Amino acid sequence: MHTLLISTRKGLFEAEATGGSYGVTRGHFIGDNVTIAMADPRGGWYAALDHGHFGVKLHRSDDKGATWTEIATPAYPKQPEGVVEKNFWGKERTWATALIWSLAPALDKDGALWCGTIPGGLFRSEDRGATWAIVESLWFHEQRPKWGGGGKDDAGIHSICVDPRDPRTVVVGVSIGGVWRTRDAGATWTNTAHGMRAEYVPPELTRDGIAQDVHCLVQCASDPTAWWVQHHNGIFRSTDDMATWTEVENARPSVFGFPVVVDPSDPNTAWFAPAIKDEKRIPVDGKLVISRTRDGGQSFESLSKGLPDAFAYDLVYRHGLALAPDGVLAFGSTTGNVFASPDRGESWNVVSNYLPPVHAVTFA
Amino acid sequence: MATVVFTPNLRRHVECATETVEGSTVRAVLDVVFAQNPRLRGYVLDDQDGLRRHMSVFVDGEQITDREHLSDPVRPASEVYVMQALSGG
Repeated sequence: MHTLLISTRKGLFEAEATGGSYGVTRGHFIGDNVTIAMADPRGGWYAALDHGHFGVKLHRSDDKGATWTEIATPAYPKQPEGVVEKNFWGKERTWATALIWSLAPALDKDGALWCGTIPGGLFRSEDRGATWAIVESLWFHEQRPKWGGGGKDDAGIHSICVDPRDPRTVVVGVSIGGVWRTRDAGATWTNTAHGMRAEYVPPELTRDGIAQDVHCLVQCASDPTAWWVQHHNGIFRSTDDMATWTEVENARPSVFGFPVVVDPSDPNTAWFAPAIKDEKRIPVDGKLVISRTRDGGQSFESLSKGLPDAFAYDLVYRHGLALAPDGVLAFGSTTGNVFASPDRGESWNVVSNYLPPVHAVTFA
Repeated sequence: MATVVFTPNLRRHVECATETVEGSTVRAVLDVVFAQNPRLRGYVLDDQDGLRRHMSVFVDGEQITDREHLSDPVRPASEVYVMQALSGG
């Protein structure tokens, strides 16, 4: 069984399976805001902390959580004198890491990592986080300053997909900025959000690739031409390696949500955490469910056995739903509830009802 | 030599003992401290080397005015306090 790493507002927690169900066994950085964690399959656990006044920091453990060492935080280049960037809200955008929003192994080189941040910088480390460099081709791309903030003041990169066919091909999801792909390890980038629809902008911008508020982007490992996006105003799917995206219009019980997980062995199977869109952001009718399609979005089923069926107001953030290689599915919510399913969502067991608000879960 | 004192709240994250250092501006004295303790820099300054938004520096009881360049003067007998606003949840 795989260790579940739970990043919360007040620490990083591990849950282990004992007797078939998961329970919390250990905590790290207790009291600190852990925004995301990543277990590199090549070795090393990474945890991003947001100390507020003292800034964002990054830590690594080389012994599966026994000890942690602070490593470098991705830092933005010096802002040229006189260059003032304003965000969508007219406020000055400072070139400084406000949040580490995504971490992924860069599989084209041993020890290399990708890191996505707010206000929109993608960083790469060649040395397991000892040093970082911003990916200039994307940060200085002429269209990047047009990216906008969604729930946050500034745009951010929250999804990083390293292509299983070629690790030099990397795709990032941006809220708000659409989807961007490089095929040359970050030298050049192309917007690949063609076919998405944004309903929160004027009509002439509805199909603009940059206007797309992608909440979460995933690629199927066994069929890398298959992609899913949970978007601010719906679910989109591509089966032609992002030549086009098609809206999945019949998602149930709602089309709004943050996370999406695709079955690595079946591009037609994906899980979502539906909520009422979009100001309320609570489960439909106060009934907490995970939804699943097994036919590429033609139909959806609500998976709720073992989940609260009334007066539940849990929201699952974009990194709050994860699938382990052995088929265990888990999610954590803003209410501090964590559930795990041994059978891909058919039934759920409580991992904890008492954790701080959950930002992210992942399996190590 | 100016005395530089850091908020005790920082000590939970990074070592930062009181130091006495040479320097005629806030930038100069902090640079000396950060040269000895590089990890501390990122807790006090942002990516653009300005003071983090919720940090403040007092020199002899006066809050500094140049948060960007840290050019406020420091005298040889000055006491420099690096503090932070208390908030959060």
